Amino acid sequence: MDLSHETLVWVAKTFGLIYLVILSIAVVAYACWPARQKEFRDASTAILNREDRPWR
Amino acid sequence: MDVISNLTMDERRRALLILLVMALVGLTFAAAGHGDPIAVHGALVLVLSLALAFPVMGHLYDPEPSIERFNAYYDDPSKVGVILTFVWAAFAMFVGDWVAWLMVEPTWTTGSAWSSFGRLRPVHTTGVIFGFGGNGLIATSFYVMQRTCRVRLPDQLSPWFVLIGYNLFCILAVTGYLLGITQSKEYAEPEWYADLWLVIVWVTYFVLYMRTLARREEPHIYVANWYYMAFILVVAMLHIVNNLAVPVSFLSAKSHSLFSGVQDALTEWWYGHNAVAFFLTAGFLGMMYYYLPIRAGRPIFSYRLSIISFWGITFMYMWVGSHHLHHTALPQWVQTLGMTFSLVLLVPSWGSAANALLTLNGAWHKVRDDATLRFMMIAAVFYGLTTFEGSFMAIRSVNALSHYTDWTVGHVHAGALGWVAMITFGALYASIPWLWKRERMYSPALVEVHFWLALSGTAVYVFALWNAGIIQGLMWRTYTENGNLAYTFLDSVVAMRPYYIARALGGLLYLLGALAGCLNLYLTIRFAAPATEAASRKPLRDGLDDAATQPAE
Repeated sequence: MDLSHETLVWVAKTFGLIYLVILSIAVVAYACWPARQKEFRDASTAILNREDRPWR
Repeated sequence: MDVISNLTMDERRRALLILLVMALVGLTFAAAGHGDPIAVHGALVLVLSLALAFPVMGHLYDPEPSIERFNAYYDDPSKVGVILTFVWAAFAMFVGDWVAWLMVEPTWTTGSAWSSFGRLRPVHTTGVIFGFGGNGLIATSFYVMQRTCRVRLPDQLSPWFVLIGYNLFCILAVTGYLLGITQSKEYAEPEWYADLWLVIVWVTYFVLYMRTLARREEPHIYVANWYYMAFILVVAMLHIVNNLAVPVSFLSAKSHSLFSGVQDALTEWWYGHNAVAFFLTAGFLGMMYYYLPIRAGRPIFSYRLSIISFWGITFMYMWVGSHHLHHTALPQWVQTLGMTFSLVLLVPSWGSAANALLTLNGAWHKVRDDATLRFMMIAAVFYGLTTFEGSFMAIRSVNALSHYTDWTVGHVHAGALGWVAMITFGALYASIPWLWKRERMYSPALVEVHFWLALSGTAVYVFALWNAGIIQGLMWRTYTENGNLAYTFLDSVVAMRPYYIARALGGLLYLLGALAGCLNLYLTIRFAAPATEAASRKPLRDGLDDAATQPAE
């Protein structure tokens, strides 16, 4: 494996600079995507269901 | 021994096989490791395995459990986990208060090596973090994953393997310190064989969680599960990397780390701070996102904020460990990196704290009346306070004052007592009546007593050590007009005495609260009235299907 210091620095200074920014955009887009809001609303209320037994 | 009879015959056979193999391994270490402390641990494993193997043998040919079991969740491991959580709390908080009094009066030891401060202190930290916190996480995670996936655990043996195996690790760790076995890495003191055992247990835990998720009936994976999964996955990663070591021999407890010098320090604190992040935060956030909405009877304020906070915490925490090594041989840019990410981290941390508190809008009357919900509310407040304080202390110039002082210890306990333990007690008081099918806790008054003891204990403890730490820090950096240090180190030790007394008293209050909890648990299991059919179908949601329950969306 030939990973020189220069290669690591190059990765850090290119991809390393932006990957967390890309990730943040992706996460915010995922969380705020309008089509997904119903699923989230259902998920947050589903745990308040009174039933305490498995569905099978 | 219903617990054993509830296993299928095949599971009982496999349990026995595992226990006999463990007994054999224990015997090997006990017999061959003579002269080395590992022999004591071998004997311990042998005795504990046999102690479990005998009851299993006694019930080996009991009839198969009823098929009816598939109509209920499998809660036996959660019940035992809850009891173990309280046992570890009482034990480890007692040791914690003992070492706090040793700081006041160093002669309060037995004089033998095992009772020295250096050995008792990791007994306290391991006991509270891994014994108390870990058991609380395992017990509640089994509970939560079944309810949110609406599916029973995939089998009945692996949850027991995880719970009992994990507690064996804790026992090996704690007894090891008393014997003088340590690899001298903070929060990762256990030696190589205990570490390897934990890897086996932890991978089983991860696989169990994945199998449950894979079988889920509910299409969406509720956010609490994401946090629990992050906890399990990242702790595995941290544990394996930080504990890479070469044992002196296979029959010796001693090993040498793969890392040395500044690399060792950075690896250790990459582990150490992520243990705070993923052991002491992510898992407990999972707890919070499940129990707080249910106890309040309201859905989480903003589900999307919980998702954004999740990814923020997961990706940002990875980078902050180096803030433990400000002003050391670690390269300056690595310190700055840790500092910067620590500051950014405040965003997702406060996202979760605010999300929890805003969920309570409309349920504040319940917070007033219900000590269990109040435990969770105070936990969210302390989570917000402690993460703010943590980000602040990670700034290099602030750290110059705070580092090596008792401010750090105060900060850790604001998080541990105020956030981690409060959310755990809240979640446990919520689940105990559900698990044992009781109307409610035996004594709500005792829950109330526990709450006020815990809150006053935390306040006394934290205020004492804020004062102590800042005075220490200032005394160490005060110069006379001639440019000499104004105080000797010993002066600063003497100045700490009143604060150390207050700290030990605060810890004592907290311990008494935990003991009240133990008593209440016992009384609930033994004497509390069984729940009626209607009340046993837990969650209590106000205004069912009320459109106004989701203000954020």
